[in-house]
Amino acid sequence: MMAFLSKFCLSVALLLLMIAFASPAAAQESYFVTYSHQMEEPGNLEIATKSVAASPKSADSFLGNALEFEYGVKAWWTTEFYLDGQSTADQSSIFTGFRWENRIRPLLQEHWINPVLYVEFEDVSADKSLLEVVGHDGVSDFSGRNDRGEKKREAELRLILSSNLKGWNFSENAIAEKNLAGDPWEFGYALGVSRPLSLKALAVSCVLCRENFTGGAELYGGLGELHSFGLRDTSHYLAPVLQWQLPGGPAMKISPGFGLNDNSHRFLFRFGISYEIEQIASRLRGR
Amino acid sequence: MSGVFRLLVFCMMALSLALATSVGDGRWQSKVPESDRVRQNPMAAEAGSIAAGAKLFRQHCASCHGSDARGRNRRPDLHSDRVRDATPGQLEWLLRNGSLKNGMPSWSRLPEPQRWQLVTFLKSIP
Repeated sequence: MMAFLSKFCLSVALLLLMIAFASPAAAQESYFVTYSHQMEEPGNLEIATKSVAASPKSADSFLGNALEFEYGVKAWWTTEFYLDGQSTADQSSIFTGFRWENRIRPLLQEHWINPVLYVEFEDVSADKSLLEVVGHDGVSDFSGRNDRGEKKREAELRLILSSNLKGWNFSENAIAEKNLAGDPWEFGYALGVSRPLSLKALAVSCVLCRENFTGGAELYGGLGELHSFGLRDTSHYLAPVLQWQLPGGPAMKISPGFGLNDNSHRFLFRFGISYEIEQIASRLRGR
Repeated sequence: MSGVFRLLVFCMMALSLALATSVGDGRWQSKVPESDRVRQNPMAAEAGSIAAGAKLFRQHCASCHGSDARGRNRRPDLHSDRVRDATPGQLEWLLRNGSLKNGMPSWSRLPEPQRWQLVTFLKSIP
């Protein structure tokens, strides 16, 4: 655990160093699992960590961590690269693999509901980042020893539907995941709702004013497999989310998640920090 | 099954790219519906609205348009007739929808009152 925490602290230190040399831009995405139709601004790079900690009753405590690099290729196309790792108490701290995802907005104007197409490839083993819950994923998957030999190369598709209405965001994700080794399709869902605590901005810059906070909640879980679709032997979570955007600085968010059935972890604690570096290509070119 | 998956991914990408290249020509003003064009700015008379809009501009817009709104890296100069002549409703529509094909993101994630505060600031630019 200590080794992983050291690496995590080093990552955060590097992140803070980058922040020191960057100028501010607002970060985004209020959720941990659910995606909205908010895309990265073109040319901006967001660096973020998403961590999850849990102490399952019948398994060792763990800390899963994903380091995310999100880049706005176009205003309608965002690409993200993740490096994943995890640490399990009394076992080991390991690098678990990588993910590459792309999100594309097919409709270029705002509608009452906005679709986004999402395609992800992941190459992971012993992953505990819980960035999605699909199929019959459950607490029993975490009872074994860390085994990097069990490679999972998976493709994940999502249909993201999202609406902004009177300051509220409503997002719905339908998830389909396929192990490319031949296992059947697995399905899942994620729903999110969020709203800034104040809809108007104050005239002065402030740190603790309500406009900098966004509150919300996520509901996510598995929907079984192609041949056993449904809620049987699936896990589900309800998780309030609170995000704090420091003006001219990083955004921090936390989310205590509560398992809704016996197949779920009783409690998940998620936390993350993100920072957006604006117009990184122009900066590198010195313009 | 992997063949089906590859076909599905290809179709999704092709559809997205086809739609992305067929919608939006940068002439955003002509796309604004009349009902949006004539909308009045509810924040225009509110005290501090220009200052709040200026703050939002620094946070969200200055990276592309410059802190002086003169434009950067071929991004538009906002001290322009196009902005001066646009109605508040047209500017709010542009902020809400963006012009994705031309690189202007949608700011629909900002609450509507904040978009109007930005419009108040934009209309104050000489």
